[in-house]
Order: sequence, then C-alpha cells, then structure tokens
Amino acid sequence: MELIEFVQSHWEQMLELAWEHVQLVGLSVGVAILTGVPFGIYISQRESLAKWVLAVAGMIMTIPSIALFGIMIPIFSVINQGIGFVPAFTALVLYSQLPIIRNTYVAIQSVDPNIRDAAIGMGMTPLQRLRQVEIPIALPVIMAGVRTATILTIGIAAIAAYIGAGGLGEYISRGISTSYTTMVQVGAIAVSILALLADFLLGKFQKWIAPKTPMSNKEAVR
Amino acid sequence: MIELKDVTKVYKSEEGDVKAVDGVTMEVGEGEICVFLGPSGCGKTTLLRMINRMIEPTRGTIRVNGQDIQQMDPYQLRRSIGYVIQQTGLFPNMTVEQNVTVVPRLLGWDRVKIKDRYNELMDMMGLNPDEYRDRYPWELSGGQQQRIGVARALAADPPVMLMDEPFAALDPVIRDHLQSELLRIQRTVRKTILFVSHQIDEAIRLGDTIAIFQSGKLMQHGTPDELLSRPANDFVSRFVGSDRHLKRLSLFRVRDLLDGTEKKSAKNVGQIDPQYAVHLDTNLREALSILLSSPTASLHVLDEDQQVVGRINWKDFEKLGAIQSSSDPESLAQ
Repeated sequence: MELIEFVQSHWEQMLELAWEHVQLVGLSVGVAILTGVPFGIYISQRESLAKWVLAVAGMIMTIPSIALFGIMIPIFSVINQGIGFVPAFTALVLYSQLPIIRNTYVAIQSVDPNIRDAAIGMGMTPLQRLRQVEIPIALPVIMAGVRTATILTIGIAAIAAYIGAGGLGEYISRGISTSYTTMVQVGAIAVSILALLADFLLGKFQKWIAPKTPMSNKEAVR
Repeated sequence: MIELKDVTKVYKSEEGDVKAVDGVTMEVGEGEICVFLGPSGCGKTTLLRMINRMIEPTRGTIRVNGQDIQQMDPYQLRRSIGYVIQQTGLFPNMTVEQNVTVVPRLLGWDRVKIKDRYNELMDMMGLNPDEYRDRYPWELSGGQQQRIGVARALAADPPVMLMDEPFAALDPVIRDHLQSELLRIQRTVRKTILFVSHQIDEAIRLGDTIAIFQSGKLMQHGTPDELLSRPANDFVSRFVGSDRHLKRLSLFRVRDLLDGTEKKSAKNVGQIDPQYAVHLDTNLREALSILLSSPTASLHVLDEDQQVVGRINWKDFEKLGAIQSSSDPESLAQ
C-alpha cells in the first residue's frame, strides 16, 4: 500500500528520474555500439588481436561497478568532472563493450565457412564480403549482444547514482541512507520494469531485422 | 584453355613439409570438361582452388586463356571464373535473384542487363524466374539450391568454371538429373570446366578428360576410354575398379557395334518383342544387361523411327577390343 501511495505522490519525479536513466543508458550503449561493433568486426579479421582484446574486455567486466566508478572519480577530477554524468557514462560504455565486441566477433566468425568460401570465390573484396554477406548474416547475433549490454547497463546505471549521475538509482541510494524502505523498493522495481521493457522492445527489433531464414532465427534466440 | 606447369603446393607442418600438390603439369582444352578424380586428400581440391587464387601455389605457373594468373588482380580473376561448391554456399540473406546476380552486380552491370540475365539463366536451369525471384535459399530443395548455385556461377558468362564436388551431397536420383542438366547446358555454353569428384562413374559420365590424382601427384590424364582401357599404373587400375571393362561399355553405343551397312527391314517394333530390343543410341553397358536376359542371345536394334535396323549378339561385343571410343560422350548422357 505504501508503495502505491509513494508512486501516486511521486509520479512526476519518477518519470523524470526514469528519463534520466534512459538517457544515461541510451547514450552509453549508443556509443558502445558505435565503437564496439566496428571493433568486433575488425578483430574478427585479425585473429591474433582478438584473443587480447577479448581478454581485456573480459577483465573490465570483472571489476565491480562501484570500484570502477571509484576509479573514474580521480581520473575525471582532472577536468573537473569527477562526479556526475561523465564518469558514469564512461564506466557504462566500458561495461557494454564486452558483450557487444564479443557477440560481433563470434557472429562474424561463425558465418558458415562455405558461405565465406563462396563469397571469396565470387570475387568479393574483404569489405564487400563483410558488407554484403557476413554482417547481414551476423546482425541478429550482434543485436543479441546489444540487448545484453543494454540490460546490463540499466542495472549498473542504478549504482551510478552514488556518484551523482541521477536516474532511478537515486531512490535506491537515498532510500538506503535514510532507511526509507519503500523508496528503495520503488527504485528497485522501477529499474526492473525498465530492464524488462528494454529487453522486450529490443527482442522485437532483433526479430524484425533477422534475415528470413529458420537458421538465423534460431541463432538470434541464443 | 588452362595450362598448369609444375604446379606445387607445400604446406609446412611440425612433422615436416607436406606436398599437397606435387609438380602437376597438364592442359585442359577450351570448352572441355576435365574431372579431377581421386580419394580425399589427394590434392584435387587444393589444385582447383589454386586456379582462382584462393590458394597460392608454392611453385609453378598457371595460365588461363594464355594469361599467367599471378599477373592478374585476384578479385578480377575470380569474377571471371565461375565457382560452384558442394554445400552450395548460397547467401542466406539474399533472395534467389540477388544470389544469382552477385557477380554481375560486383562487375557493375546496369540493372536492365542484370534482370535480363537473371531471367535467361533461370530459364536455362529450368526454373521459373518469377516464381523464385523473391524466395530465399532455405525455401528450396537441395537440387534447386544447387541449380541456383550453377546459375550464379554462370551469371557473368565466365569462360572458365570451377566445380568442387557440386553434386556430392545430393541423393542419387537428383544427382543423376543434375549431371544430365549440366551436360545439356554445357552443349550450349561451351565452358572450360574443371570438376572435382571422387566418384568414377560421375567422372566417366561428365568428363571429356579425367585427371586422376594420388598424394598430390597426377597419376594419369586422359579420356575416360584411355583410363578404362589402358590404366597407366596399379593405382589407376585399382581406382577405376576391377569392373573397368564393364564401365568402359557405357562409353559406347549400339551404333558403334554395327558397321553402318544395315538396311531398314520391313519389320517395325510391333512385330518383335520390345523387351529384347535396343536403340542405336543405347549405351553398351545397358545393351549387355538386356542381352544377358534375352532367351535368343541376340537383340533387335531399332532406329529413331522405331524401325528394326539390325541385330546384335555376343560376337559383336568382341569387336570392342579393336575400336576406340568414337562416340561423343555428351550424347551418351541423354
């Protein structure tokens, strides 16, 4: 009951925080796509590099988010952005890299060797092969990486409230420090709903872009 | 025309160098089908893939229509050579029409020309262009997919085609059908075709010449008749099989046993037992099989108008030792 009352009285503030959250996540994942996808494609053509890149990206993933935010503070203090949007955004971009790079790399790598062989045999240059054949085939799996990254980032962004980045995490951090359980619950539920909604919409999108083959649809579920 | 001179491919491995292809020198004439035959790992596919520079030779020169391929841009070279592989390699993200017209699009043909070419190719393959235009490869049967694969390879009208076991994954009935389709198409397009196979029967049927390989070495290169009647060594004779003399029969037709002096008799097919009659164009392997079942130990021979033009019996088969295959192997496949 308290939950409903809280939501009723804080309706507008909640929407505002949710919007902040979406902006933070959207921008981070957007930038992560712009860097991670080309990078993943690049390392799929350079096998020796791939091992290292994936190892480094994997290491970043293992750093606890609160620690990574902590690391960002002194670094960005140099340009007077120690707390707030910039360090949060940077940390989230780093976190979303791994699923995006790895899925892109795996997707391109797992294109049927016969199909790659045919593309080469037809006289396609490496760029033509990527653009006309490999990337379209890999797209559903790349999209699955984006989906994973988005959901991951929505959760981690909640913690970014501790360094003043705003978003629905505000309710959680403020609720914990004031022992206001209802506020924590509302924050947690709201973040979950946001994650579920994003997952649902991206899932729809993923299906929509999948080439119409039974095989790639199955892969897209993965 | 394709000329190979001392073509060698060495792969380095920990146990020492492996010669996948070892000093192969041979020629394939323009408009001919040459079948590369041999057990798996004999280097036939490696050799094939060196023709379009998907694999670079360690040593030796390859000339396609007089031009040394090492001097050519590999992408341009590949666009000028049709390429068909076993698992079709059709692009699943493209429709049938997009698949077939890949190379013309790479070559920058204009749209009208590409569309016309698509229609022409599909007609040639016996597939309705409009019915298949917007369909995706996975919607088609294996046989249809491979026909699209052949159409795609023919799209830019390349003088040379490389076919790497294109029919091996298909069931025997479909394979048989596609083999005769290929021969039918070849009669009009007259490409120089290099065809990798591991089946002696396919090689005999399709090849103007057959090249047999073992451990990267060319064992023998000759017409199917030469290989079957005079195998160069033990390996070739074992590979073509102990029934090679029977196989050789399929290279000849009943026509070859008759000396051309036969006259039309008044009899027509109504007056003889059609079960024990053969046509002039029936191949001798089939004729022998029918003869084995004939109670009179002889067969009536019919011409195109179903008129009896002669008889053959066991004695006639004895002539075979003396005659060379004179028949055009393509017409045998009908």
